[in-house]
Amino acid sequence: MTRRRDMAVAFILLLPFLAIYGVAFVYPTIDMVVLSLRKAPLIGAGEWAGLDNYVRLAGDRLFRIATRNTLWFVALTAPASTVLALLLAMGVARLRGWLQAAVLACFFLPFMLPVSVVYLIWHWILDTHFGIAQPIVAAVAGRSVSIFRTVSTFMPGVAFVTVWATVGFSVLLFLAGLRSIPQETSEAARLDGAGRIALFRHVTWPLIWPVTALVLTIQLISHLKVFDIVYLFNLRGRVDETMSLVQYVFRLAFQQNDGGYAATVAVAILVLVAVLSVLQFQLLRSRGQ
Amino acid sequence: MTGATATQAARLLAAAARRRRLRVDPMGAALTALTLVAALAFFFPLYWALVTTVKPEVEVVRPGLRLWPETFTLEACAFVLTNSRILVWYLNSVVTSVAVTLLVILSSLLAGYALSQIAFPGRRLLYGMILASFIVPISALIVNHFLLVHRLGLLDSWAGIVLPQLIHPVVIIVYKQFFDAIPKEYREAAVVDGAGHFQLLFRIFLPMTTSVTAALAIITLISAWNNFLWPFLAQNSQEMMNVTVGITQVREAYGIRYARETASAVIAGLPMVMLNLVFQRQITRAIVLSGGIKA
Repeated sequence: MTRRRDMAVAFILLLPFLAIYGVAFVYPTIDMVVLSLRKAPLIGAGEWAGLDNYVRLAGDRLFRIATRNTLWFVALTAPASTVLALLLAMGVARLRGWLQAAVLACFFLPFMLPVSVVYLIWHWILDTHFGIAQPIVAAVAGRSVSIFRTVSTFMPGVAFVTVWATVGFSVLLFLAGLRSIPQETSEAARLDGAGRIALFRHVTWPLIWPVTALVLTIQLISHLKVFDIVYLFNLRGRVDETMSLVQYVFRLAFQQNDGGYAATVAVAILVLVAVLSVLQFQLLRSRGQ
Repeated sequence: MTGATATQAARLLAAAARRRRLRVDPMGAALTALTLVAALAFFFPLYWALVTTVKPEVEVVRPGLRLWPETFTLEACAFVLTNSRILVWYLNSVVTSVAVTLLVILSSLLAGYALSQIAFPGRRLLYGMILASFIVPISALIVNHFLLVHRLGLLDSWAGIVLPQLIHPVVIIVYKQFFDAIPKEYREAAVVDGAGHFQLLFRIFLPMTTSVTAALAIITLISAWNNFLWPFLAQNSQEMMNVTVGITQVREAYGIRYARETASAVIAGLPMVMLNLVFQRQITRAIVLSGGIKA
């Protein structure tokens, strides 16, 4: 009796969540796989195509370029962002009181901004004619450069902006990790005459590397899904050469009305991210044991 | 006794060592200075956007680094406020992101409670499915979210913008773990008193969740407010744009006017910056909580 009532209560409590998940998650995911097997426009009837779209994917030059761009973007952002976050967090951890809060806010505020605001700010700062950073660019490159309209500088530029905008998130995770290191441990080491570098190598690093692994893998996976910042910066640039994988899905579906094939590329992204997520899970679990 | 004295001695020595370190530590001072320089460098772009916003256009395009406006003006802000639909976009952003937050928090709270406190068949399977849903990137679903919302006839509406943003498995898991950690005695006492699940949840557990709910709500609100991809796809009129989308779509309408562009960026970014300054603690907590979950 009570058991049956328990089940009824559980069902009622789970209902809103189940409805949302069924409609907004499970159904679109299945729909995506089905659509990837069809030759169909975005909206409207199509025909069964079997694995044709996947065969097309294998020989698709633009898919290869988009994959390469995405991996290049991840390579430019994830490691740099992780190392920078650790350094900044160690710097913040040295400070106390209001100064610490203010410095942390400086690193974290950019993360609070919508991506389009980040885009407008940096588009202005790096503007070819009037950008405040162009003298620096000119000093390095010998002349002013249209960073976001030049294929070779596009990804490094976007990666730079992305690191600025997102590193604050990782700083917070590192800071939480650093705070969990017992004060006695580092003090005991200092008392033993450990220098700064020895202290980092033998005390901080062994305790902080799990956080590092976590931060790095979160970055890897989230940057693989990059779309909006790349899309905004190449709005009037050379889209084919600089687009990311998710942007390719967007182009196929919404600009070329090729719904079936767009779903196929989306499935490829899902597989890529899923494989990496499982690897991440394994990696973090093996460290836990 | 000797042990206690030894610890005390060690503590005194450590304190002395720390004091000595504080006094002559050029390396430490250099590191602190470096951190402060980095903080200024990170802050500068925000500052520069602010300063550009309050300069007249002629001053904005004058070469050279002018850290302070010669003439202070709110002309650009006034122009953006009166000549674009930014107030409508603000309304759209507020309505949709508050709706997302309320729905996510409420549905996750209820589901988290059920998963934690009620033994029903399929519980482990359901929990496993929620964990598994982490590996599906939402941005890969854009095509089929679009089709879904189209089929429901919700394109270009608030509901259509909200629906696909309701997938936040991490919130459920935080709630479940929170309820798991509440001592069994509370529940047992409530059952003895003849309280059912609803009373237990709303009278006893809910007040305990205040701080975790605040943290989760703020981070959900921020992510909904800042979301670009879906609100960008789900509308096709300026009337239904969120502020994050709107400010990128009307650049052409201004002509090349840098102060106006940065003004729109500043106006769009301000609420989140304010929110962060007020709720820094909750935001930090939510990020650390959900970051831990991803492990």
